[in-house]
Amino acid sequence: MADGKSMNFGVIVFPGSNCDHDCVHVLSDVLGQKAIEVWHKETSLSGLEAVILPGGFSYGDYLRTGAIARFSPVMAAIKQFVAEGGMVLGICNGFQILLEAGLLPGAMLRNRSLAFICKDVHVRVENAATPFTGRCEPWQVLKLPIAHADGNYYTDDVTLSQMKANAQIVFRYCTPDGRVTSEANPNGSLDNIAGIRNAAGNVLGMMPHPERCSEDVLGDDDGRLIFLSMLDALKKAKLQPKPVMAG
Amino acid sequence: MKAKIHVTLKPGILDPQGKAIEQALATLGYKSASNVRMGKYLELDLNETAREKAEAQVKAMCEKLLANTIIEEYRYELS
Repeated sequence: MADGKSMNFGVIVFPGSNCDHDCVHVLSDVLGQKAIEVWHKETSLSGLEAVILPGGFSYGDYLRTGAIARFSPVMAAIKQFVAEGGMVLGICNGFQILLEAGLLPGAMLRNRSLAFICKDVHVRVENAATPFTGRCEPWQVLKLPIAHADGNYYTDDVTLSQMKANAQIVFRYCTPDGRVTSEANPNGSLDNIAGIRNAAGNVLGMMPHPERCSEDVLGDDDGRLIFLSMLDALKKAKLQPKPVMAG
Repeated sequence: MKAKIHVTLKPGILDPQGKAIEQALATLGYKSASNVRMGKYLELDLNETAREKAEAQVKAMCEKLLANTIIEEYRYELS
């Protein structure tokens, strides 16, 4: 799809990232976009239209998941990118890094069961009006795989009510028919939260892995909706005149 | 100066590891043990002799990196 319409994605590679190639594969081979790997020592994201923080075990999960990666040089550039309205998706460890960096509210605790959980789960789209979920129907149930030991989302009551008021909760764990129940909660997450966005709406963090289920051949392509939604939003933004940025 | 730092989950935050340890202790017959909380212990040497300065540094380290104050609290001893 080298028709000039493809978008430039950057996939950040931290020491210990292990889903970076999967993200690049989906974006470039499945969706025909330009996707490059960006080493965490980079200090510039120029030329990129969207950034993905992939899953993995950055810095071996030492201290806390994401706690050390958030001080990687590239994170200053990501903060700047976010402040300028750039679209950032954090998947699993990427989500944990965004939390530690303060780009999303809350923190991750060890799974309620203490186990590393690797399985397909169902999530309900709580907000289909985000740049990451535009292709989804409201309340659509997606089947996506999770693979984590620290996905037990926590935040304080005040932040939770603010997030609810701003429709920042984007995905919640649910049954296959879309009921949000305690049994459908794999890790003990507060309010069955599986994915959230920031107040401005340009940053999404999610524990499930959409890059692992974006092709028919894998038996599940629900994850593709997330990447296609991002593409729609980027194309729409490109059609609009850009605001003049200072500097 | 040496700093000894303890980082633990805040009271009220679910500590699944503490719970599992508590159950293991009960299985061993230590039924009187309760409210097990697991945390982290760090120690480090500081090239600093002034206590106030050392304390300010350790506090900043805890706030910025060693503890996630959304879920954890910390305490330290300097010697």
